[in-house]
Amino acid sequence: MQLYLPIAEVSVSAFLLLGLGGIVGFLSGMFGVGGGFLITPLLFFIGVPPAVAVATGANQVVASSISGVLAQVRRKGVDFQMGGVLLAGGILGSAIGVWVFRLMTAAGQVDLFIQLSYVFFLGLIGAMMLRESLASLWRSRVPGAPVRRSHVHSWAHRLPFKMKFRASGLYISVLPPALVGAVVGFLAAIMGVGGGFIMVPAMIYLLGMPTRVVIGTSLFQIIFVTAFTTVMHAVSSQTVDMLLALLLILGGVVGAQIGTRVGARLKAEQLRVLLSLLVLAVSIRIAVDLLVTPDELYSVTPGILP
Amino acid sequence: MIRAMVGAMLLLGALGHPAPAQESIVSGLSQNRVSITADFDGSEILVYGAVRRDAPPPKGGPLAVIVTVEGPATPVIVRRKGRVAGIWVNTDEVQIDSAPSFYAVVTTGPLDQILSDTENLRHAITIERVIRAIGITAEADRSGEFILALLRVRTNEDRFRLLEGRVELTDETLFRADVVLPANLTEGTYKIRLFLLRDKKVVALQERLIGVRKVGLERFVYTLAQEQPLIYGLLALVLAAVAGWGASALFRLLRA
Repeated sequence: MQLYLPIAEVSVSAFLLLGLGGIVGFLSGMFGVGGGFLITPLLFFIGVPPAVAVATGANQVVASSISGVLAQVRRKGVDFQMGGVLLAGGILGSAIGVWVFRLMTAAGQVDLFIQLSYVFFLGLIGAMMLRESLASLWRSRVPGAPVRRSHVHSWAHRLPFKMKFRASGLYISVLPPALVGAVVGFLAAIMGVGGGFIMVPAMIYLLGMPTRVVIGTSLFQIIFVTAFTTVMHAVSSQTVDMLLALLLILGGVVGAQIGTRVGARLKAEQLRVLLSLLVLAVSIRIAVDLLVTPDELYSVTPGILP
Repeated sequence: MIRAMVGAMLLLGALGHPAPAQESIVSGLSQNRVSITADFDGSEILVYGAVRRDAPPPKGGPLAVIVTVEGPATPVIVRRKGRVAGIWVNTDEVQIDSAPSFYAVVTTGPLDQILSDTENLRHAITIERVIRAIGITAEADRSGEFILALLRVRTNEDRFRLLEGRVELTDETLFRADVVLPANLTEGTYKIRLFLLRDKKVVALQERLIGVRKVGLERFVYTLAQEQPLIYGLLALVLAAVAGWGASALFRLLRA
């Protein structure tokens, strides 16, 4: 069944969109990430204009994060205090991101900018995660290997404006979490992602938060940052396609359910290895596009009607 | 009255002045509007008509018919990629003031056999002429390859079409052409032009308009996004929130 998308102005098979949402939902249910970093490039691939893909991807992440965070609240996996600080930074970062997005659109470099961000951040995070998860997989095989300390004091603990984060059991400056929040907010606006794949490692390794509250808190702040991004894109460039978002969300809901079940059967380290491989694969795929000589050197962008 | 005019003309003809070709077009369209609904998957317009003559067909070459369909025009930016530091980035760009979002030319035969360059220039019939006639800037003038690229890209996207020999012409009088509109239509007024040609010269022409509009849900969503972007954005969030909450509730229901 073909469906004409009112904002993207393309006709796409409704089942294809449900399927895409389903696959991404499956992966996000399995790995506990929003899935924005997958949905946006996939939308590019099926012919949705990049600006619409980014803005609508953000909208879709809102839905999947809300679904996830409700489950986390019930098992007390959300540090609302930390979430608030991350959020304050996130809103600022997102506003800057939307502004930069508009500048880049005007300069005709937005596609390149999005692609480079994807290659760089996905490549970096994927490689880091792969290394870490392989190492811990190795440790779990070798008995008597040194166990990593859960809480390391670093420069992050010597900054001013200290605050007690009860749920995380931390007493640290608000500056590092606010900065992490801002970076994630910025990326959310530019890449149409929730930023969970950056936030989660940053919270564990940079802020030293316990793993128990990491996913819930990350999802909590992602809801608001992507919600803010969605509204900003809707207002500044009218690129949120509600119909597209609805289909992706519907597919994602079903996929997430299956994904969660499958994920529950795998070990945490195995999951992390798989996720990091997936992240790296997306990054390499986009990098290849940038490096290989394109078939068509020219591109046509409709301007704005006077 | 008509008979008197015809008589007068025949008389003029007899006096040695060649009579102007008295042929005109009577035409109809299968529809006057195209509605873009949620399940819109392209549309087909049937353009049909007849040649009206007040006299027997004039001597000269055979009759030819050209039908053009032109979608609303927008300014476009054509960008060229170049290799910078090993990666492909947009390096050059040319602004073209106006290019139709859709353009189809349907003819009775090969264009170069039925249309002269002069007539093409005068009536802007082929897509190259349309773009050059309305979209020219000093900058684009120097950049022929950018215009060629625009033509190539839009032809590959099925937005620009040249369908030679696809107008059916019966007895030099009745003609019909089917024009398929693609699924990725832009909203607006589409201009349909019909040309009658003899000896590569346009002897009659007619213009008709078709409105392409989003309707129903499509109309509602689009208008809301354009006119009330803040409300639209918030509505999109409510939608996401309800779907997210619903999913979570459903999960629990299924697990219980």
